Amino acid sequence: MTALAMNAGPSRWWHSRAARRFMSHHLALLGLALITLLTLACVLGPHLLPYDSLYIDLRARFSPPLTGYHFLGTDPLGRDLAARLLMAGRISLLVGFFAMLLSTIIGTLVGVIAGYRGGWIGASLMRTVDGFLSFPSIFILLALAAALKPSPAMITVVIALTSWMEVARIVEAEVHSLREREFVLAGRMLGLSGAHIMFREILPNAMGPIIVAATLTVARAILMESYISFLGYGIQPPLPSWGNMLNGAQQYLASAPWLAIIPGAAITIAVTSFNFIGDGLRDALDVRDDRV
Amino acid sequence: MRGFLLNRLSQSLVLLVIVSIIGFGILNLLPGGPLAQFGLDPGMTQQDIERLKGLLGLDRPIWIQYLDWAWRLVHGDWGHSFRDGAPVLQVIGSHLFATLLLMGSSTVIAISVGAWIGIRGATRRYSLFDYLATVGAMVALSVPTFWFGLVGIYVFSLKLGWLPAGNMSEIGDDSILGYLHHLILPSVVLSLVHVAIWSRYMRTATLDAISQDFVKTARAKGLSERRILMKHVVGNALLPMITLAGMQLPSILTGALVTETVFTWPGMGRLFLDSLGYSDYPVVMGLLMFSALLVILCNLIADVVVALVDPRIRLA
Repeated sequence: MTALAMNAGPSRWWHSRAARRFMSHHLALLGLALITLLTLACVLGPHLLPYDSLYIDLRARFSPPLTGYHFLGTDPLGRDLAARLLMAGRISLLVGFFAMLLSTIIGTLVGVIAGYRGGWIGASLMRTVDGFLSFPSIFILLALAAALKPSPAMITVVIALTSWMEVARIVEAEVHSLREREFVLAGRMLGLSGAHIMFREILPNAMGPIIVAATLTVARAILMESYISFLGYGIQPPLPSWGNMLNGAQQYLASAPWLAIIPGAAITIAVTSFNFIGDGLRDALDVRDDRV
Repeated sequence: MRGFLLNRLSQSLVLLVIVSIIGFGILNLLPGGPLAQFGLDPGMTQQDIERLKGLLGLDRPIWIQYLDWAWRLVHGDWGHSFRDGAPVLQVIGSHLFATLLLMGSSTVIAISVGAWIGIRGATRRYSLFDYLATVGAMVALSVPTFWFGLVGIYVFSLKLGWLPAGNMSEIGDDSILGYLHHLILPSVVLSLVHVAIWSRYMRTATLDAISQDFVKTARAKGLSERRILMKHVVGNALLPMITLAGMQLPSILTGALVTETVFTWPGMGRLFLDSLGYSDYPVVMGLLMFSALLVILCNLIADVVVALVDPRIRLA
């Protein structure tokens, strides 16, 4: 919500045009509602459920959903799937959020400097961005994840290191077009330092595209975490994440399909919600964007 | 045209150098670095490793090591697999066909279905179809490919029994039909995300083309709507799609990796994961560099094709 507040100026932000447009974007509201619900469930749920996510009950292995005492069934070790799903949600959402934060900071720094300085500094920074974009991201992601210790913090850093380029491109383009505007010229004539002009004058005016890109980056980061955890190089058990819950699910597909279907549905709902919110913000903040 | 070609070629060369620097950086970041293979041997002492470093020139300044590595890369010496000692390029080559087949067929599906949805959505703007296609594309972009694959296997292999759950063919069955039968599910799964992307771009491109003056002229000439659409609108809307096809390559490769894992498809993605599991870094690095080369090359080709087809670009 701070996003909208910043754009609206001193008067009450919920009367602003951006807020009104966002509120009329039904899918974005749906996404916001789903994410709020999901976050609340992940924060509060584990305290309310009668089962611990790590409690092993070998008598109740492979209970299907809606039978017996386990609402979403149990896994091959008899652990409660609902409890694991919510604990996994904490990890996956946190990794997604912090990966977004870090990659947005890196991308914004690179983009602002490249866009404002231009010249050989800008060119070499942007060619580096192109270089990173030439690798299929999952190849780099897996190579780095395999090389480094796979703790949640490290996975977050690795995901951020492979997803800052989009933000950098968007910010560079935006800053490049703002660079010649009058208020920047005025800042230069006042003798403000380059850093001051870049981060105090130009950056606030480029917030719209950054916020949209950041929202979509959360969606991407959650997906990426699920990919590498599914492949076994991400979050390591017994710590659950949505991706690693699917890691062993394929071998039980015939006998216990819910093990694969339920965590995947959670990922899809979370990612779709962030994509809907991003789309709503794009309309609300008037961001022109050629990406999907 | 010649100037344009030279320009694009030199840009690609610069990009190659940057990609190789990033690749070299990652190689040295991997635990044990280029000597990881020997670290696995329990008989190796620290002194042996130091001696090997001197022998292999790893105690030289880092930039000389880089130049040496790049020089060998250019000359086709990509190192040898730790697993069986085969040259890396040969190992990659033996997995290339399966991946190209999968990527090719899924791209054909993605472009044809995506273009159809996009054009239909643009010509019936704000209709129910357009709305559902827009929402559907956003959902499709959010579905993890491997999960879609698992659901596909569950429905079409386990429940309905229509399609095989994995592999490229049955053992002993070399018929083309058998390969095609195995190809259907993985290529549809891999194409989902790209159907969504293509349909969005195609919709925008078609809307752009429809509002152009030449469409008004064609209408004024009295051409039928169908003819205008097929000849004037779609032709112009497809043009930027060539560039897009090149740009989509890294994302297709990413999708191929997980699709190959789910469907035990013997391609480059599976090779990458297997090599990672064995700490077979020469092959890991080789695949990293190879895929980046492929991406840069395809982007270059896409740009040249667009320039050949579109006379406006030659002036630039």
